[in-house]
Amino acid sequence: MPRGRTIIDKIWDSHVVARRDDGECLLYIDRLLLQENSFHGFDKIRREGRAIRNPGQAFAFSDHYVPTLGREKGLDGIADPEIRKMVELIESDSRDNDITLFGLGDVRQGILHVVGPEQGITQPGLVIAGADSHTSTHGALGAYAFGVGSSEVAHVLAVQGLWRPRPKTMRVVVETVLPDGISSKDLILAIIGKIGAGGAVGHVVEYAGPGIAALSVEQRMTVCNMSIEAGARAGLICPDDKVYAYVRGRPYAPKDELWDKAVAHWRTLASDADARYDREVCIAASEIAPMVTWGTSPEQAAPVTGSVPDPADERDPDRRARMERALSYMALMPGTELRKIAVDRVFIGSCTNSRIEDLRIAAAIAKGRKARVPAMVVPGSGLVKQQAEQEGLHEIFLAAGFEWRSPGCSMCVGINGDMLDPGERCASTSNRNFEGRQGPGGRTHLMSPAMAAAAAVTGHITDVRELTGIG
Amino acid sequence: MEPFNTITATAVPLDMANVNTDQIFPARFIRKPRAVGYAQFTFHDVRRGEDGSLRPDFPLNEDRFRDARIIVGGTNFGCGSSREGAVYTLIDSGFRALIAPSFGDIFAANCLKNGVLTITLAGEIVAGLREQLRGADQPILAIDLETETIVKPDGTKLGFAADPFQKHCLLNGLNEIDLSLEFAAEMAAFEAAYRERFPWLMPGAERKRG
Repeated sequence: MPRGRTIIDKIWDSHVVARRDDGECLLYIDRLLLQENSFHGFDKIRREGRAIRNPGQAFAFSDHYVPTLGREKGLDGIADPEIRKMVELIESDSRDNDITLFGLGDVRQGILHVVGPEQGITQPGLVIAGADSHTSTHGALGAYAFGVGSSEVAHVLAVQGLWRPRPKTMRVVVETVLPDGISSKDLILAIIGKIGAGGAVGHVVEYAGPGIAALSVEQRMTVCNMSIEAGARAGLICPDDKVYAYVRGRPYAPKDELWDKAVAHWRTLASDADARYDREVCIAASEIAPMVTWGTSPEQAAPVTGSVPDPADERDPDRRARMERALSYMALMPGTELRKIAVDRVFIGSCTNSRIEDLRIAAAIAKGRKARVPAMVVPGSGLVKQQAEQEGLHEIFLAAGFEWRSPGCSMCVGINGDMLDPGERCASTSNRNFEGRQGPGGRTHLMSPAMAAAAAVTGHITDVRELTGIG
Repeated sequence: MEPFNTITATAVPLDMANVNTDQIFPARFIRKPRAVGYAQFTFHDVRRGEDGSLRPDFPLNEDRFRDARIIVGGTNFGCGSSREGAVYTLIDSGFRALIAPSFGDIFAANCLKNGVLTITLAGEIVAGLREQLRGADQPILAIDLETETIVKPDGTKLGFAADPFQKHCLLNGLNEIDLSLEFAAEMAAFEAAYRERFPWLMPGAERKRG
């Protein structure tokens, strides 16, 4: 009997256009997601005089460079000419090539990994290439989604396919459900802490088990989003009824009889029970506490109840050297209780944590309290912002002294001008605590929206369970 | 793409795991047009101290490694974002070959597309190579892609395995888009069957202009 197939095998097999003698496959790309930094890709297309094969399968997003303040002024609200040029370029490149743009001034505009699922562009079973490493986010809906550079952006535009070797597979089984008050951000930080920042290199990760099934679709996006922080080629979850309910009725979702046909297909995608993986990792979610990073790699994370580790206790010389360098950059002493670390700023946003459920959780912590340090909330899209305002979340944030901004990548990557000053320490719901990521010399502590809101109202890293009494 | 055959050049040991693309090419420089020359941005922040001066303890700042064209790095080299500028900046600084125990997937793909050879070797072999480069009078490596060999500073040889297709592309400086377009008939046949099978997948009537 042939052995069972994983969801990765099933999606792969249905997308192979051609196979080379060396085993590499020309994989069909259903959707290409573009952002302002794709300009080198469009330059290459122009330079080489290529035609774009299917412009209707490409979608462009203004998110990395858009301002989060003064949006009523449109492009005139961007003072820096270089930044403005980037937003203009994605507008002209999209227009010239007949590609749909979710741009400045469009209520649907927002972070590509928030808007794609929100618009129904992301669907189960698709192969999605995105001009951004966090394209793995879309795997939460059962798509095989990965980031590509500018040359491959050009390749997809011209060919509608990409050459890839069949990836190795890794299953991360979350055996138990998360305790109340613990988020999927804590889960993925715990997973990366366990397997390491390079722990999934060369693999596509399938997240499975009761702990994953219990998550909402948005919580799953947070998990898949950070797959790349473990080095994975992609991360995905078998679609289920929660996913179908999420996709249904969205603008690009199939309708009427095509909907039934689509769901019937999606139900065949789940990994077979006897499917085998190249690697398996198990984790018990019931034991996870709120997680905080203390270093400059997402793998350098610890439960908030713990302390900054001591490099002297690390036997592996490479790891010890990395810890020493990280602690020096982060200006932290070994043994310091994480809960005693004061922060200068708080950022709630990014493709990891800027969806409506994230904002509701942060607002619940902010409600009736006051921010002790500057804190900004940046919704993931115009529609998330609109929804939050209908629910009155913005009033809660504003009353608590948080800033309520307009959608974009903002201080996750700092290239629109929202950035930390050198030496500033930030509690952030984003995905990378790399040196200088949020601005040269800036120090980032990654955590969940609830934890970031708790840090804002106390002025230091805090176990949010002390504020809520939950857990 | 410029073909890659052999390179004999100074190799710089970078004894750091998880070197990310923000370190290689900070995000604030992505918006610069390539024409400005990206060499000035290579490892911009990592090689400088808080006051902006070059850190003497960063290998690329040492006189003996200043003209390096090969990097011998650590595990998971090039992890992080998909920015291809991280490869452009290395090229503009003269780098054509990278050796490490493993590479970030997207970064490695970007290297290949731009004629930069990535060589993956076992961790202890790479560590030994870094060690030898640090101690060598002339920290030079000779890499021959055709024969898949590296000559170390002490004159001994080291083999490596190159992916056959990647080797073919690099040796001939091939443009991958041209090669892929040779599969136009396969693509057309695939698409026709695919659209028949998954009729809901092709945005058409529902398309809106943003």
